[in-house]
Amino acid sequence: MAGHSNYVPQSAAAKWLEARLPVISLMRGSFVDFPTPKNLNYWWTFGGILFFVLVAQILTGVVLAMHYTASTAAGFDSVEHIMRNVNFGWLLRYLHANGASMFFIAVYIHMFRGMYYGSYKAPREISWILGVIIFLIMMATAFMGYVLPWGQMSFWGATVITNLFSAIPLVGEEIRTFLWGGFSVDNPTLKRFFSLHYLLPFMIFGVALLHVWAFHTTGNNNPTGVQPKSKQDTVPFHPYYTVKDLFAIIVFMILFAWFAFYVPNYMGHPDNYIEANPLVTPAHIVPEWYFLPFYAILRAIPDKLGGVVAMFGSIAVLFVLPWLDTSKVRSGTFRPLFKQFFWIFGAVCVGLGYLGAQPAEGIYVILARILTAYYFAHFLIILPLLGFLEKPKPLPASISEAVLAKSGGGQPAGAVAAPDTK
Amino acid sequence: MKRMVGTVRTLAAVAGLVLAGPALAAEGEAPHIEKQQWSFAGPFGTYDPAQLQRGFKIYREVCSGCHSMRLVAFRNLAQPGGPGFTEDEAKAIAAEYTVVDGPNDDGEMYERPGILADHFPSPFPNEQAARAANGGAYPPDFSLLAKARAAHRGFPNFVIDAFTQYQEQGPDYIYSLLTGYEEEAPEGVEVPPGQYYNHSFLAGKTLAMAPPLFEELVEYTDGTPMTVDQYARDVAAFMMWAAEPHLEERKKIGFRVMAFLIIFGSLLYFTKQKIWRKVDH
Repeated sequence: MAGHSNYVPQSAAAKWLEARLPVISLMRGSFVDFPTPKNLNYWWTFGGILFFVLVAQILTGVVLAMHYTASTAAGFDSVEHIMRNVNFGWLLRYLHANGASMFFIAVYIHMFRGMYYGSYKAPREISWILGVIIFLIMMATAFMGYVLPWGQMSFWGATVITNLFSAIPLVGEEIRTFLWGGFSVDNPTLKRFFSLHYLLPFMIFGVALLHVWAFHTTGNNNPTGVQPKSKQDTVPFHPYYTVKDLFAIIVFMILFAWFAFYVPNYMGHPDNYIEANPLVTPAHIVPEWYFLPFYAILRAIPDKLGGVVAMFGSIAVLFVLPWLDTSKVRSGTFRPLFKQFFWIFGAVCVGLGYLGAQPAEGIYVILARILTAYYFAHFLIILPLLGFLEKPKPLPASISEAVLAKSGGGQPAGAVAAPDTK
Repeated sequence: MKRMVGTVRTLAAVAGLVLAGPALAAEGEAPHIEKQQWSFAGPFGTYDPAQLQRGFKIYREVCSGCHSMRLVAFRNLAQPGGPGFTEDEAKAIAAEYTVVDGPNDDGEMYERPGILADHFPSPFPNEQAARAANGGAYPPDFSLLAKARAAHRGFPNFVIDAFTQYQEQGPDYIYSLLTGYEEEAPEGVEVPPGQYYNHSFLAGKTLAMAPPLFEELVEYTDGTPMTVDQYARDVAAFMMWAAEPHLEERKKIGFRVMAFLIIFGSLLYFTKQKIWRKVDH
């Protein structure tokens, strides 16, 4: 990372610091001078957007924690205290609650971008795996955060999910008791969830830095999937991508503000405005929208342990994705068959999300089983076979060539003629 | 909506076998809740203070006999973006209530008139007392009810709702419920003693609450028609305020945030275009 910096300290203070801790050249090498492919499209801005959302979640969360009380007796009321009495407490809470949804919107787009452009392929396997680890921690963090307001869905969601662990043979019951800190979801559960909900985002932050370190070592992937060959293929991160990412973040903030200010409860469930009651089970227990595809997979298998294995398997399979995809071509742009299967897979994931929100009965169960089977077939059968069966389109010799070919088609002539000056 | 079942049910849900319980069986015939016009809907929505005051009057004279509103304080009545009582009016309202305080220096609880800092006192000391007085049913607390009830919207309505900013499912439902009682239950619907048929009720066909509103039940002095329909609208609006007292402030700040983001975003877009002008990409 620092190796990309052409920074030479000028002032005496900077020379002193650089000789002892080269943090300035590290930052410059990573976020200023870092050579970035010049053809990244807007799908590549979601990394920066995710970084923004993570920081926003941590900032709002730290302040919310100053006012929140983690206890079954006072938790629900303390959230309402934040909503009613704390200055701008309603704003903090709505930003934080909707921020979780925004986080998942952005991470799903980010992951599908990685899948479409083959960003998980050599040499970026570690970046991808670190990303899947971040995704897992995110899921745990979001799940535990949803428990904190101690509404009906908080309580029953926590009950359903922690019960999953009891499906593990031999030690399942003990693990569940250990998670609960007792014999049901109760005060000890809420308190440990709060503690972990505060801890895990900082772990996400740490793993995110590793994630960036990894792909800054290999260099970014890009829409052609062709590695940069010369200086003509890249631009320095600043100002090109700082301004582009910032613009994308602002556009994303408009979406965020739309939900947080105008439909703040759209993503939530009305039952969570009813205080948790262990004696009253809601008619439908549904998780937050971002877990629905996995919930559908869980319920599709007519066996408790099988359902749990399938649900965790649906994420575990992502870890080995770099080795399941046998195609040597990274970018879906040059893979005519893969491209079609990619969109089918996307539709299947949305379909699973829809089914996760429906009652598990009749036609919904049958559809969920078909889509679950397809989900796994995509990774375990289709992707390995496609590499052998598919005839990819010819790859451009370099990023610059691809850009020229593209801009020759539709861009104004001036843009084509302008030389790369920087 | 809620059903007393054991944890067995949860375990079944875990196993992917959410059993076709009665609530699920009724899914296909869930009541349709009509959308109503509300002054607080939409990006520029504000509460109508006169309506909130009328709704508060209904709450005080009718609903509060059974329904608590424990999260709302008397001081909230004089808060901006609410029913628009002056501080003195709110003080006077608070003083009309009797609040149990204590213990005093002798260790005794005592009664005193309410002050602004007090929350609305509950009609029953606990849930058991409330159930005992209401034939086993527990009248829910009013503080959050307008956000805690919503009819299932289904596809594609839930997608459209995100764009049209439809967030008034709660007051729509409350209005429909209050105006949804029918003397005669339809063929095949059994109405047990102490229950009442209501075509809008989400959690079943009948409920324990008797029709609470009648024509000219509450005296309006501003010429507003004293009909069940108007009462239902007014109390639903009041309940929305009780559940979301900062709604006006939220939408007002939201507009400024949106305006700033759009202007700043536009400027950034042109900055970005200028920076990238000389690079083929």
